[in-house]
Amino acid sequence: MSRKQKKLLLRIIIAVVLVPLGAFLPVPEIYKLLIFIAGYLVVGWDVLYGALRNLMGGRLFDEKFLMSIATLGAFALHEYPEAAGVMLFYQIGEFFQSLAVRKSRNSIAELMDIRPDTATVLRDGEEITLSPEEVSVGETLIIKAGEKIPLDGTVISGHTTINASALTGESMPIDIGPGDRAVSGSVNLSGLIKLKAESAYGESTVAKILELVENASEKKARVESFISRFARWYTPCVVVGAVLLALIPPLIVGNWSTWINRALIFLMVSCPCALVVSVPLSFFGGMGGASRQGILIKGAQCMEAMERVDTMVFDKTGTLTEGSFEVSAIHPRNISEAELLDIAAAAESYSSHPIAESIICAHGGHIDKSRIGEVKEIAGRGIKAVVDGETFYVGNGALMDEAGAQWHDCHLSGSIIHISRESEYLGHIVVNDRIKANSAKAIAGLKKLRMKELIMLSGDKHKIAEDVAGKLGIDKFESELLPDQKLEELQKLIESGRKVAFVGDGINDAPALMRADVGIAMGAMGSDAAIESADIVLMDDDPIKLPVAIKICRKTMMIVKENIVFALGVKAVILIMGALGLANMWVAIFGDVGVMLLAVLNSMRAMIKVK
Amino acid sequence: MKKVFKVKDLDCAHCAGLIEDAVKKISGVEAASLNFMMMNLSVEAEEAEFPRIQKEIKKAAKKIEPDCTIVF
Repeated sequence: MSRKQKKLLLRIIIAVVLVPLGAFLPVPEIYKLLIFIAGYLVVGWDVLYGALRNLMGGRLFDEKFLMSIATLGAFALHEYPEAAGVMLFYQIGEFFQSLAVRKSRNSIAELMDIRPDTATVLRDGEEITLSPEEVSVGETLIIKAGEKIPLDGTVISGHTTINASALTGESMPIDIGPGDRAVSGSVNLSGLIKLKAESAYGESTVAKILELVENASEKKARVESFISRFARWYTPCVVVGAVLLALIPPLIVGNWSTWINRALIFLMVSCPCALVVSVPLSFFGGMGGASRQGILIKGAQCMEAMERVDTMVFDKTGTLTEGSFEVSAIHPRNISEAELLDIAAAAESYSSHPIAESIICAHGGHIDKSRIGEVKEIAGRGIKAVVDGETFYVGNGALMDEAGAQWHDCHLSGSIIHISRESEYLGHIVVNDRIKANSAKAIAGLKKLRMKELIMLSGDKHKIAEDVAGKLGIDKFESELLPDQKLEELQKLIESGRKVAFVGDGINDAPALMRADVGIAMGAMGSDAAIESADIVLMDDDPIKLPVAIKICRKTMMIVKENIVFALGVKAVILIMGALGLANMWVAIFGDVGVMLLAVLNSMRAMIKVK
Repeated sequence: MKKVFKVKDLDCAHCAGLIEDAVKKISGVEAASLNFMMMNLSVEAEEAEFPRIQKEIKKAAKKIEPDCTIVF
């Protein structure tokens, strides 16, 4: 609690004692009035003072001014307990509002507690501590256990485990050693490591994320602009209504004090605070909660768009699949599986193609390079290599034709690597892009969220795309698409009136990310292009975060709608009841501060983690 | 150029909106936004204009919410 809050609390406590005393003490009326006035002034002097200042400044529709008029009016009508009580409750409301605002600010600050304060750099053999901004690219950083990694870099020496949960929401620690990349903002858990800085602080992951979150609220949602436009009109309208209510009916039917009383009730509910405070708070809470799970949402506008998404379009490679290949089957002919793999691995041992790497990886063992003679790469076909003095062909069907081998296709989908010894066909190896562990779960989760259609767009061969789509239960797929054809497909969907989210890994699909109603980039740690073009950024590349992101956006929008309906509903009912003489000032004060507090409490739910 | 100032003791989102509007209306300010949650006021203007603009921002903020201070 700040000093200001403590002071206010003390004043509230004094008034809480004084006001009931005034109401129930058996003393003459005049003393009661004095007690009420004392309580009123103790708790509300700053409201009166603020109102006076606003009056001088020509700002009549300020809530302090309205509250002062309402309470002074109540005094004039000899409704002393109401006058003092209303001011008291108004201040209690203000007190809780400031508590709630600060509490949510603190929780968001905690969520964003990834900013490294210092960096330890090795310069001329000496360890010096600097602020991260002062470190230049290429310098050697020393990171001890328990410290945050200040800049993105590569490990030079040392082994450790790091926790990147503040970035990805994934609490599983990651082991890193020399040659591995360490992402800024993660925490070094165990050992001391030396890191070569790869980017300046301003370009590092942690700075990008902080910048993104801090600028998030600049993209205001439509509902937010609606609320601020509404607020601009609501107060003047209600005040005019109050003036009319105080003047016109008594001119016709008389009974001035009754109608003035009803007008005061109008003034009390004339502040749209409940909405003005709670709507941005909900969005901020939702975005804060999402960032704790490694989902960065670039603004309330994006949440609003995400809530309405009914079609999700996926890129395949790197999004639903790992983007790294794996040997899925070995079909030898006349030799053993191990022998076939050994030949293929030896022939491919100088290649850095991802498919070659997967074969070498599947082989696992040591490949004696002295066995390998001349190796010739035949572009677009494969490799001709001399292994143990014999000539082997490793590659596609066209290469087999060239070698004169009697080859046949495989019933499995994937990339098929055929192998022959001269013209003798030895069999083939099937290599597939591995589907991510959580892809199927994510698709099932999205279906549960009543998505109209899930579509996969792939540049890959029809058979491979069909296989992946079938395994994951995707509704529709298009294959063998060039990047601009993907964009066209997306365009068609958007033009057909759907709300489309595009999910990509952000590497070469920036145009699609921008074109879609909601662009979602995955595995964005360290990828600037993705962070810039997407609306929602998943820090790690786990597709299970997709249903979570939708749930967060829907929940937040639900809270916003609840607050709007609730606040406007209560105020409308009180206005009508007030005009008809069915509401008293106690009800009206509930309509003001009570509604605001409930709305603020409700919006804080947006921060709670969504499963 | 864009400068970001820290805002202190501002608990009312409505006032934040009013301050943002007031800052936007100061002559020489190209763009301004007040982030109520992060308590940042970012202002875009010509560098040479900042000393005058800062004074006007201070005045405008004081008028709307006397409790709040902006750290320049």
